[in-house]
Amino acid sequence: MKRNSLKLMLLASTIMGAATATHAADVTLTIESWRNDDLAIWQEKIIPAFEADNPGIKIKFTPSAPAEYNAVLNSKLEAGSAGDLITCRPFDTSLALYNNGHLASLADLEGMSNFSAVAKSAWITDDGSHPFCVPMASVIHGFIYNAEALEDAGVKVPTTEAEFFAALDAIKAKGNYIPMSMGTADQWEAATMGYNNIGPNYWKGEEGRNALIAGTQKLTDEGWVAPYRALAKWKDYLGDGFEAQSYPDSQNLFTLGRAAIYPAGSWEISGFNANASFKMGAFIPPVQNAGDECHISDHTDIAIGMNAKTENAAAAKTFLNWVASSEFAKIYANALPGFFPLSSAPVALEDPLAQEFISWRSKCKSTIRSTYQILSRGTPNLETETWNASAQVIKGAETPEAAGKRLQDGLASWYKPQQ
Amino acid sequence: MEEKSHKPPFRSHILVFLAPAFLIYTSFMVIPLFGTLQMSLYSQIDGVQKFVGLANFATLFGDERWAQSFWNALVNNTWFFVIHMLVQNPIGILLAALLSSNKLRMRAFYRTSIFIPTILSFVIVGFAWKLILSPLWGVAPSMLDAIGLKSLFAPWLGKEEYALTTLALISVWQFVGIPMMLIYAAMLSIPDEVLEAAECDGLSGNAQFWKIKLPLILPSIGIISILTFVGNFNAFDLIYSAQGALAGPNYSTDVLGTFMFRTFFGFQLQLGDPNMGSAIASAMFFIILCGVSIYLFGIQTRLRRYQF
Repeated sequence: MKRNSLKLMLLASTIMGAATATHAADVTLTIESWRNDDLAIWQEKIIPAFEADNPGIKIKFTPSAPAEYNAVLNSKLEAGSAGDLITCRPFDTSLALYNNGHLASLADLEGMSNFSAVAKSAWITDDGSHPFCVPMASVIHGFIYNAEALEDAGVKVPTTEAEFFAALDAIKAKGNYIPMSMGTADQWEAATMGYNNIGPNYWKGEEGRNALIAGTQKLTDEGWVAPYRALAKWKDYLGDGFEAQSYPDSQNLFTLGRAAIYPAGSWEISGFNANASFKMGAFIPPVQNAGDECHISDHTDIAIGMNAKTENAAAAKTFLNWVASSEFAKIYANALPGFFPLSSAPVALEDPLAQEFISWRSKCKSTIRSTYQILSRGTPNLETETWNASAQVIKGAETPEAAGKRLQDGLASWYKPQQ
Repeated sequence: MEEKSHKPPFRSHILVFLAPAFLIYTSFMVIPLFGTLQMSLYSQIDGVQKFVGLANFATLFGDERWAQSFWNALVNNTWFFVIHMLVQNPIGILLAALLSSNKLRMRAFYRTSIFIPTILSFVIVGFAWKLILSPLWGVAPSMLDAIGLKSLFAPWLGKEEYALTTLALISVWQFVGIPMMLIYAAMLSIPDEVLEAAECDGLSGNAQFWKIKLPLILPSIGIISILTFVGNFNAFDLIYSAQGALAGPNYSTDVLGTFMFRTFFGFQLQLGDPNMGSAIASAMFFIILCGVSIYLFGIQTRLRRYQF
């Protein structure tokens, strides 16, 4: 009896083994990502669209928390357990992955021809020969406002700095809404939605950013200190206890209709559409004087590359080519209003708020966040220092001039062109 | 007569019993520890790991910025420890003394409810307290308001001068059950005859605690102190879950653990540097080693033990 049951078990296991073998024709690609907010969109819209066109390839989207993504991904890559496709952070984080042999070169991927040089700039080797991620989207900074709150205070949408602060004063005087929803607890809000949001108007976008990289401008120059001076005035318009207000707190405060103006990145749009019941609008970061040329932060933010050690390279390339297609751009841009496609083919957006943001590309000059390219390669890290400085300036713990000097000293300590 | 020269047989089963603990401890503690120490002596130069001797430590203590971050983290760690020693352990002893009193009713209930936070995850504790203390939705401001003390409220976790103390007190709240339980057990082991004899000699209440119970539980207090020391200098979880890896505001809650994490794994645009991270981890190890050695050789050998 015993021997028989053993035989049966062996037989069963061979049959089961054969059964799994027939399924093995299906290749499963795993995507590493920090966009856990997008899980539903990937599962319901993007993946089914791809799988319908490409039978035999299955996609698994496995995001981790944004703050932990870099650390988690690095550990997984070192251990050899990372997914086949890897969502790429812009600039040096991904460049380091490529240099360490974790990302494959995509120089021979046909789909790469659909992107402009600017779109590819964040995911290419310094000599421009090897792109390693397919650009997916950029995010645009600006301010989102509660239309009811502005109406309540009787102010119109501001276009200049003076009008901006006058509007905040009027909302504060009326007292029904917190004028601006932002906190300094998480620090990056102050830098990303504050400094790099309003800043490009002061340092003249790409002109100032390139001059800083070339070493012809310093962080102590007027163009770089003036945004801090504007930020220092924000303190009076933020909610009670903003020092301990975290990023989700700020979002909730705005979507609950308690705050009037939200310094935003366009990635907020889908979340705000789902949660806010009032009419929203958006305005361009105010310029200093009426008629000044406006600059917006149109930041290359997200791309996708291939794990160099993947066993399914052919399937992964099929997927990457699909990501580079206009079909993906259309699905992605409309499923995730606020993430604007970087491919050269124009895409129509259905969401009015997203359409408002993307329309700024034709009115203003685009630039990317000042600290991202090259300038955050050393220690102290300029991006992290900028978070700290922006939060300190808003809290009034540091003067704009002192913050500029501290950042300049830190940058000059390792960056040759600034020495 | 024969037996005299007969050596006791080698008991091989001892090895068998020791093996699991030895193997697990070696593979998960000893090897990684030496791996870290070794890694701190190397540096990544042009994509290759090169032996650089103590250069990483020279940078850590010699470079103005690294040293400033390191000493800031160490001072914060020390303050975190001091708060625990001054608040957590005395309260733990007090609670244990109250629990071991015969007059107290519902002892099991108090014991359990004070101990429960200890088994909660740091993430839950960090998140719950962040919500309680939130200036926007928290219950702390409204509760203070209800008793007319709203003016005392501040966004504690967001203020440089309060944030670390607030976190230390949250940690005290969570872990006060541990010293309480250890001391409680020590107090229960004091024989009744000793206490009765003390009472016959006219020693009761407070005086009995100070003169009889406290000397008898001193070894336990010593153990608790060293556990607190090791635990606090390894602190990371609560600060990471409440304030993030940047340990804001303005690095005022940065401890060696978060500093090491940022350096080792990188942060946002800052790439990870496993070698410098290992150097910090090694420095932490030596600090803790010194503390434990001072305790073991300087204090524990002098503690008097009583046997009944």
